Amino acid sequence: MKGRVKHLPRIQKTQQLAYELKIKEAMNKKVLTLSPEDTMLDVKKILKNRRISGIPIVQSKKLVGIVSIEDLIRCLSAGLMNEKIKNIMTAKVVALFSDEPLVHAINKFDRYGFGRFPVLDHDTGKLVGIVTKKDIIQCLLRALEIHYYAQESKRKHRYRADSLFKEILSDWTTLTMIYHVKGGDFKKAGEQSDRLKENLLKLGYSDEYIRRLIIAVLEAEMNLAIFTSGGNIIMQIERGKITVRVVDHGPGILDIELAMQPGYSTAPDFVRELGFGAGMGLPNIKNCTDEMRLESIVGKGTNLEFCIYN
Amino acid sequence: MKLKQIVKILEAEAITSMKVDLDIKIGGGSDLMSDVLFYAKPESMLLTGLTNIQVVYTASTAGIIAICFVRGKKPPKETIELAEKKKIALITTSLPMFESCGRLYKKGLLGTSEVEGVSKK
Repeated sequence: MKGRVKHLPRIQKTQQLAYELKIKEAMNKKVLTLSPEDTMLDVKKILKNRRISGIPIVQSKKLVGIVSIEDLIRCLSAGLMNEKIKNIMTAKVVALFSDEPLVHAINKFDRYGFGRFPVLDHDTGKLVGIVTKKDIIQCLLRALEIHYYAQESKRKHRYRADSLFKEILSDWTTLTMIYHVKGGDFKKAGEQSDRLKENLLKLGYSDEYIRRLIIAVLEAEMNLAIFTSGGNIIMQIERGKITVRVVDHGPGILDIELAMQPGYSTAPDFVRELGFGAGMGLPNIKNCTDEMRLESIVGKGTNLEFCIYN
Repeated sequence: MKLKQIVKILEAEAITSMKVDLDIKIGGGSDLMSDVLFYAKPESMLLTGLTNIQVVYTASTAGIIAICFVRGKKPPKETIELAEKKKIALITTSLPMFESCGRLYKKGLLGTSEVEGVSKK
């Protein structure tokens, strides 16, 4: 069973993008239309001047048909150029919705062999664009390019922290970040850990290292938000390790030994209903970190310090 | 297991935009977020009855890539917005926790204890 986890094939990036991108991102929004009462001569004029291969036919903003270059050639050779569009057009139009994933369009091109699909708004049913194979290829290439540059810049930012500490000449260099956590503001709890995590990502730490550190920081932030009147998370980054100090001004922990026991909690019911306060916070912090120290004076406040080596 | 398979097995409904081909390697169910932080593995799915914003922060920290809300729970707007930002897929099923986990486990989704430990400790 275990081996199975590691050898799963990776999804190709374009395939993944085809699921993520919506048709509206690929479609051409400036869509030219004609009315069923216009003639095939009008079709010829537009297809020739605009160098396009098909045109949707619209009546009172609703799509009623489509005329393609194949229809035009048929009319040219049969001398039907003065015929009204409504007698020539394909009335049963296969259309796509603008909020469908791009992969639906790709599948429909495969299935029907058409050169283009009109795109409708899902709610109003109105025609909002047209999509060709060329539009899809361009959209995918654009998305791939964006992805490529994002990867490139990520690579450039890797190991910035490491090189920073190597290049700065001193006996001891540290980078300190301070985050304030409001007490009793449970709605926002978690936000600061998230900001802190973004910084560590930028500084090029590995996912696993960040994971261990942020689990500890998130638990500490929850504790500040649940139990205290507020406090600070002070992260000190230096070569080889990160130290985090979590300082508040009360109410303090009565029995530290008891508080460290897994499952022991003094959290009020409303906190438990939110999924926290199960008495695993401090044990979790201890579990994730290399060193942990907890000091508390009732009425004065608590000072928690932990560090992880890298 | 692909996310689209999970959606089918749980008769679930998508809440956020998502990659249906997302590969979920491990599953876990809990309403206690500290337990999630303790036990969760990267590239896993969390099944939970909690819908607040901290579920997403917890998931993001623990490397969880998809969350399924059980018992028909629908999350508030802030939760959905943060999940979209963090690229965590949200789905909801009307099935209760035990049955949701049972169905996925029966179809071969692994549990957190069955995969090699990722975190050092």
